[in-house]
Amino acid sequence: MADEPLVLGIETSCDETGVGIVRGTTLLADAVASSVDTHARFGGVVPEIASRAHLEAMVPTIERALKTAGISARDLDGIAVTAGPGLAGALLVGVSAAKAYAYALNKPLYGVNHLASHICVDQLEHGPLPEPTMALLVSGGHSSLLLAPDITADVRPMGATIDDAAGEAFDKIARVLNLGFPGGPVIDRLAKEGDPNAIAFPRGLTGSRDPVYDFSFSGLKTAVARWIEAKRTAGEEVPVRDVAASFQEAVVDVLTRKAVRACKDEGVDHLMIGGGVAANSRLRALAQERCERAGIRLRVPRPGLCTDNGAMVAALGAEMVARNRPASDLELSADSSLPVTEPHVPGEAHGHGHDHGHDHDHVHEVSKKNLYS
Amino acid sequence: MLLLAVDTATPAVTVALHDGTSVVAESRQVDARRHGELLLPAVDRVLAEAGLDLAAVTDLVVGVGPGPYTGLRVGLVTAATFGSVLGVPVHGLCTLDGLAYASGIEEPFVVATDARRKEVYWARYDDFRTRAGEPGVDRPADIADELSGLPVVGQGAVLYPDSFPLARGPEHQSAGALAALAAEKLAAGSEFLPPTPLYLRRPDAQVPKNYKVVTPK
Ligand SMILES: [Zn+2]
Repeated sequence: MADEPLVLGIETSCDETGVGIVRGTTLLADAVASSVDTHARFGGVVPEIASRAHLEAMVPTIERALKTAGISARDLDGIAVTAGPGLAGALLVGVSAAKAYAYALNKPLYGVNHLASHICVDQLEHGPLPEPTMALLVSGGHSSLLLAPDITADVRPMGATIDDAAGEAFDKIARVLNLGFPGGPVIDRLAKEGDPNAIAFPRGLTGSRDPVYDFSFSGLKTAVARWIEAKRTAGEEVPVRDVAASFQEAVVDVLTRKAVRACKDEGVDHLMIGGGVAANSRLRALAQERCERAGIRLRVPRPGLCTDNGAMVAALGAEMVARNRPASDLELSADSSLPVTEPHVPGEAHGHGHDHGHDHDHVHEVSKKNLYS
Repeated sequence: MLLLAVDTATPAVTVALHDGTSVVAESRQVDARRHGELLLPAVDRVLAEAGLDLAAVTDLVVGVGPGPYTGLRVGLVTAATFGSVLGVPVHGLCTLDGLAYASGIEEPFVVATDARRKEVYWARYDDFRTRAGEPGVDRPADIADELSGLPVVGQGAVLYPDSFPLARGPEHQSAGALAALAAEKLAAGSEFLPPTPLYLRRPDAQVPKNYKVVTPK
């Protein structure tokens, strides 16, 4: 198979209709249509609205990506699509389109894992992923630590949040501070003018008997909210910049501490960070500082590649083609709780003979809290 | 002329090829939960049975509902994608019109399909080619009086015999009938619907707990 496969990737797991085209590890097009504005007034993603928007945007977004890439669909080496995890109805639109596209063009189809795609996208920015790769994925939908000896075949969950995602905590604290939405950028900005050591907010799950690689942000969120309320009740002014800085420090301290610890424990000399929260400047700075001290190389893709997009799906699809991984078949299902341990969904002829209805509960990634972004 | 028709707006996942004169091949599987898995293999089977390639298709026909949304979208996005790759037109037809056409009834009647939530999608017909008015979604008991005495085609009649005692076949959609109706319309130069869904209901604006938070810009 081609060294630099030309692959189109489709992503519809949440509210962005994304279509990306890559040649090997080179990004050629990254078209996104978002229904975010329609959801905004409901304060969250409404699955049926997302699915309707995906149907409207699907074909135009594919056509736009092809035009941008300046390639003919006939030249593609494969079509990749997010098979899961994500919103079932939303995933189904992308999976159905990808199947029709692959069938009409007579190209192989690759149903791939959304989380593995978040990791693989870094190939478009920093070249081939080292093996193994340690990855910290943080967004409004997931906070997980993953070890990937082979992004196409072997991804192992090290830890994940047991309650809120990191991005969710940012939004909630911004709401308590009346900072408007979204919370991430505004807290990042205010924190720059505050003292990160002003208030000692708790570091979740960092006790000696706590799970080493799991995260918890729910207790932190409550502690920050209580601290603010106490100030208000006492009639004192809330030092917003110090609160923002101290809260943010508590989040990124735990994230980076655990990620570096995982690298050391596993003997991995580099760390990739992905997901929307990877845009946070303090997370990047502290991760850089701690990685340098530990002799670990840090890789963080640019913010546009950290959020959900089709390019990440194409990147993983291209790797599947390059490594001759078996294609999916035309019966490919959208699997809203696809475990992170399955980077792709090979067709029946190549399956491992496992029952797809098996219990996913042992994997944190599939807790409903953890899936969407 | 070679029409490929698909309809996933009802529990039936159905695909047919029509050469302008008759149905060349057809598939119909009734499984309300596996539209996504069943449709493409069915397309492949129907083409293989006819010994034809997808590239030979000159027109796509798709049932636009009304129907439960998740399944309905499978057929629509599949037809739209095929249309884009093949560069051929995608013609929309009301799913209920396919059932009406298949019934062959020459007098006034009703088509009713399952809309879930104890409702039916329905429309009134003067005869099997002529719909009288727009399709609606209602509780069977609320329309039973208005429609009493009329034969009722489709699964709605089977599900709600108290409201629709005069059940008539067929119970399930056939893409063959939809394709035959489309062939007639193409020959007559009559209008089709755009290939966009007839949802008839607004989306439930319920944000499930713990879904990604989205905030106004
Ligand atoms: Zn994501």
